[in-house]
Amino acid sequence: MGVDWQTFWPRIVEATGQTILMVAVTLVIGSIFGIIIGLLLFVTRKGNIMENAFLYQVINFLINIIRPIPFIIFLVAISPLTREVIGTTIGTWAAIFPMSIAAAFSIARVVENNFISIDPGVIEAAKAMGASPLQIIYTILIPEALGPLVLGLTFITISLIDFSAMAGTVGGGGLGHVAMTYGYQRFDTSVMIVTVVILIVLVQLAQWVGNTLSRKILRR
Amino acid sequence: MITFKDVSKTFTIGKREVHAVRNVNLTIEEGEIFGIIGFSGAGKSTLLRLVNVLENPTAGAVEVQGVDLASLRPTEVRKVRRRIGMIFQNFNLLTSRTVAGNVAYPLKLAKMPRAKIKERVEELLRFVGLSDKAKDYPEQLSGGQKQRVGIARALATSPDILICDEATSALDPDTTGEILRLLKKVNKEFGITILLITHEMHVIQSICDKVAVMEDGEVIESGGVFDTFTSPVHQTTKRFIRSVQQDLPSSSLLDEWRQKGGKQLYRIIFKGEVASDPILSRVTRKHDIDVNIVYGSVQEIQAKFYGNLLVSFDGDEGKTASAVKELDEIVQIEEVDVAWA
Repeated sequence: MGVDWQTFWPRIVEATGQTILMVAVTLVIGSIFGIIIGLLLFVTRKGNIMENAFLYQVINFLINIIRPIPFIIFLVAISPLTREVIGTTIGTWAAIFPMSIAAAFSIARVVENNFISIDPGVIEAAKAMGASPLQIIYTILIPEALGPLVLGLTFITISLIDFSAMAGTVGGGGLGHVAMTYGYQRFDTSVMIVTVVILIVLVQLAQWVGNTLSRKILRR
Repeated sequence: MITFKDVSKTFTIGKREVHAVRNVNLTIEEGEIFGIIGFSGAGKSTLLRLVNVLENPTAGAVEVQGVDLASLRPTEVRKVRRRIGMIFQNFNLLTSRTVAGNVAYPLKLAKMPRAKIKERVEELLRFVGLSDKAKDYPEQLSGGQKQRVGIARALATSPDILICDEATSALDPDTTGEILRLLKKVNKEFGITILLITHEMHVIQSICDKVAVMEDGEVIESGGVFDTFTSPVHQTTKRFIRSVQQDLPSSSLLDEWRQKGGKQLYRIIFKGEVASDPILSRVTRKHDIDVNIVYGSVQEIQAKFYGNLLVSFDGDEGKTASAVKELDEIVQIEEVDVAWA
């Protein structure tokens, strides 16, 4: 007893739109906060341009407690906070909130790792040329780490597609929701196959965009 | 221009204290090329970084152009840094910028207008001979070219001082020569004072006016390059000099010399003017003995001759003694104990 594809297609299209929206908005919000947190983490490290042991430890600890929590548990655990901020725990925007928090902390770590891999000699050279800490951040750290950063964000984007599917199962909407309700609970294999294919296409697309961009930035 | 007044720098690594620089007193005069030589870990790199406040002294004072660097606030430190160019062993070019972008970078920091930057970058690239590479990225350049970009970038803000951190240590001998000539040109044409650190004696020999030898954080010997080369005091200094000037053959060659019944060896040292006179020939002819040059070299140091020869004399013992006595009045001559050597 399958779905009527004639009337079901619009639902698939809508769900795909929701997934893309969730991933895109999360990526933007998560990147903004993630880059800020990652940057703070890097510059407050021992021996760095704004060394601050206390701030470093606090941020490091926060990242380490949020990152290992399985997303589906995190999603449920912070739902009271989600209700406070968004007003509901159901729907696309209610999914974006926990996704953005989880993404921000993952991105922070990626950003920190990419900054660490910058040759310290280059930072020293900028200092020697009279660059201020702020100038070092936006003229050295970000441009020098941009190529690997784009690859890191691509990696995050793909896990966000995964997150969005999970958020779907608890009322977040999107392809995950469709796959769960029609594909899993109603045993409709065709729905399952279609949603999985769309998810694969989305992942491929994200990877392709990321690779192309980073290749352009890294010139290799 | 740069004065180190009883400067010490101690790092604390864990619970261990590392005395990188100890009680250094040095003065670098305007317009000179001053070289600091030492083996790795001698503290020269830390000493260099005190000049542009990349490190701060634990004790003592560093003065640049009469200003005590410790008295400056961060914004003033950044201004001072623009008067001091720096080049590095590993070049430290920005990989995300082109050659022109790298040279423009310090000018952008100094907020120079865009049109002026373009003009200045072209002028600098012409000076270092890389006009055709302006649009290339650092990874497309050879080591020597990268260092040229480093030099152009360091000169961009028209500094009074250029500090060089092992600037030629990552380069092959030919390229090293090229970069050293370029540094000499920088010093001559712009009157920029150069302070360099190196572990290679030939760098000191080829371009420096003055030299300081560092060991264990201390300056153990300093002075004019010619004087230091020709009459070194400290054992470490002698080791460095021996690295560019062979003054004794290997022990196996000496053994062979002794076994074949070789005569007493003498070391003769010529300095400066004396080198152009045919002294050896004149004196030996006068005393009717023959001279045999066994080993040695004649070099140019700071546009002066310096000869260090190992010779033996063939002839009557008495005549040899009087010849040695006469030579002793004109040049430095000493007996060399082959058995001991």
